Amino acid sequence: MAEPRKKLKLATATLAGCFGCHMSFLDIDEHLFELVEWVEFDRSPFTDIKQVGACDIGLIEGGLCNAENVHVLRDFRKHCKILVAVGACAINGGLPAQRNPIPLRAILDEVYLTEPGLAHGGIPNDPELPLPLNKVHPIHEVVKVDYFLPGCPPSGEAIWKFLTDLLAGREPTLDHTLIHYD
Amino acid sequence: MSKTFTLDGKTIPFKDGQTIIQAALEAGYYIPHLCYHPEFKPHGSCKLCTVKVNGRQTASCTMLAAEGQVVESETPELNEERRALTQMLFVEGNHFCPSCEKSGDCQLQATAYHLGMMSTHYDHFFPNRPLDASHPDFLLDFNRCILCSLCVRASRDVDGKNVFALAGRGIKTRLIVNAKSGRLADTDFAATDKAASVCPVGVILPKRRGFAVPIGQRTFDKQPIDAYVDNRMVREEG
Ligand code: SF4
Ligand code: SF4
Ligand code: FES
Repeated sequence: MAEPRKKLKLATATLAGCFGCHMSFLDIDEHLFELVEWVEFDRSPFTDIKQVGACDIGLIEGGLCNAENVHVLRDFRKHCKILVAVGACAINGGLPAQRNPIPLRAILDEVYLTEPGLAHGGIPNDPELPLPLNKVHPIHEVVKVDYFLPGCPPSGEAIWKFLTDLLAGREPTLDHTLIHYD
Repeated sequence: MSKTFTLDGKTIPFKDGQTIIQAALEAGYYIPHLCYHPEFKPHGSCKLCTVKVNGRQTASCTMLAAEGQVVESETPELNEERRALTQMLFVEGNHFCPSCEKSGDCQLQATAYHLGMMSTHYDHFFPNRPLDASHPDFLLDFNRCILCSLCVRASRDVDGKNVFALAGRGIKTRLIVNAKSGRLADTDFAATDKAASVCPVGVILPKRRGFAVPIGQRTFDKQPIDAYVDNRMVREEG
């Protein structure tokens, strides 16, 4: 009997994103059955494993808006042979980065201290809370990224096309119907 | 017999006085471009239209076509440089396509798709450029301006108004509104102006019209930017 094929390890994480890319991943629907023939999920919201182990492929959704995001990203980079930026936020900061022109202090003041109609509970300072970065950054500004999969989110078809290319050892390509930034 | 040059090996006819891009587009051959517009004098600033003419790089929107020129355009080398220029345009401004009214109809975005731009590659500037929402019918979102000067040319040469200008030099170049206050409301800009509809990206936008065309039916959802030129060729030949 042939040895069962050794599955590749795949990890996924959301940093400063909305989980939309992960939802879109689930939109590959029944292809998920094919996928689990090829890969085993490591750390991912799908498995609830919290610590990333040695992996072949890491998919990152979201940009970097706080210190914990940076830590998780670096950990992924260390453990994943191939790191993929998935979606607008990972690639250019996306919606969270639209705070970038405004000084962080002004945003915190407005939300927690001055904006009428909000509770004015004071700026949270719990040591459990990761410190926000001054600006939101795309992940390629901090670690080397091997592939980019744009879209907000990339469609299930785009994710499936990308993964099947990658798993088959082809250079992933998206044609006109699959490449979009929105 | 009309004069010709070759573009990537194809014979392109031209009339005296035509630029390379004019002749190429007329023959149904797409050369990426952003600041060129068939109705206006060329500006030659974005350099997306750069081709090699007899082995030397030059902007095809300003270079006159000449008999026997050997022009290369669709080469990996040129497209890589075009992609790098496009990436620089993205990081110099704030281009968040998902929240941009122009998405799907935007020439910068469609050109980036054409060039296979998967990421912005460079560090983002994240500049701070406040909107001008002073005008009752139009708003200006300077975050997306690529300084193509089409609005400047349209307002000056077609509308006879001079509403827009490019100020500053080099990396400090920016679009300004010609009014003491600097606000669009204090100019004679009108919705019927040519300048109101010429912007290739999402800067000059009509108010009270948001995301009117559903995703899937917008200009460049239907076909890629180069196909708009190729189809014309098919139509004319067929
Ligand atoms: S102007 Fe074009 S490239 Fe810029 S955000 Fe809008 S759609 Fe995207
Ligand atoms: S506002 Fe639009 S048309 Fe005017 S220079 Fe900027 S990108 Fe070009
Ligand atoms: S189109 Fe020729 S330089 Fe911009």
